[in-house]
Amino acid sequence: MMDYLKAFLVGGAICAVGQLLMDFTKLTPARILVTFVTVGAILQGIGIYQKIVDFGGAGATTPLTGFGYTLAKGAIKEVKEAGMLGALTGGLKSTAGGISGAIFFGYMAALLFNPKSKK
Amino acid sequence: MKTKMSSKQYEQYIKNKMPKPAYLKNCVAAFIVGGLICDVAQLISNTAKSYGYNQEAVSSITAASMVFLGAFLTGLGIYDRIGKFAGAGSIVPITGFANSIVSPAMEFKREGFVFGVGAKMFILAGPVLVYGVSVSILIGTIYYILGK
Repeated sequence: MMDYLKAFLVGGAICAVGQLLMDFTKLTPARILVTFVTVGAILQGIGIYQKIVDFGGAGATTPLTGFGYTLAKGAIKEVKEAGMLGALTGGLKSTAGGISGAIFFGYMAALLFNPKSKK
Repeated sequence: MKTKMSSKQYEQYIKNKMPKPAYLKNCVAAFIVGGLICDVAQLISNTAKSYGYNQEAVSSITAASMVFLGAFLTGLGIYDRIGKFAGAGSIVPITGFANSIVSPAMEFKREGFVFGVGAKMFILAGPVLVYGVSVSILIGTIYYILGK
């Protein structure tokens, strides 16, 4: 049960930061997403994000900062195992499930559904 | 990227915005919805773990499942309704990434399946991948050099 509370708090906090950025700066959602991925990757690069993940679980990995975290973590892991080439292959290897899923499920959803009229 | 605005300008900006109470409401809505979405991911992750998958498999299963949910709910038109209330709470989680793929893809279907659906899918996801992957390569490279 603790898992869920922690995930809620950490995930909620990260989303709230995103909301504050949207409201108080003129950043568009696209820029927020790019910023979050980049920040997550950098935080993992300097070893901070792992601690947030250890505490928050899915609350830290589900927001897009977690996507950056997984990319960076994968790159570092592959560098350890395969050397220089790992920097090139590690990131996408570790996120392949999410990215391929997003492309395939996204494509399928776009085929099957039509946009709902907006009010 | 964060220091684009000087702190003085930023303070001024906040002052102009502060009186409107919607900002607190938005923030709370984002917190709650974002938190709940992460709890769904936690549930999937715990379930996968209880089936004995290792850590990497668990995170792939969770990411793929969340992306599926995001895409499916977007197709049904439910995700955008959540988004109206939740703002960043629905944009920042990975389900929002799926939403950013499906929404434009559906919208531009009439422009065909190559330049409509195929290309427009990446109108938001493209930049995310470009920056995310590039930064991860830079980090891996730096790590390699420092590790020498």
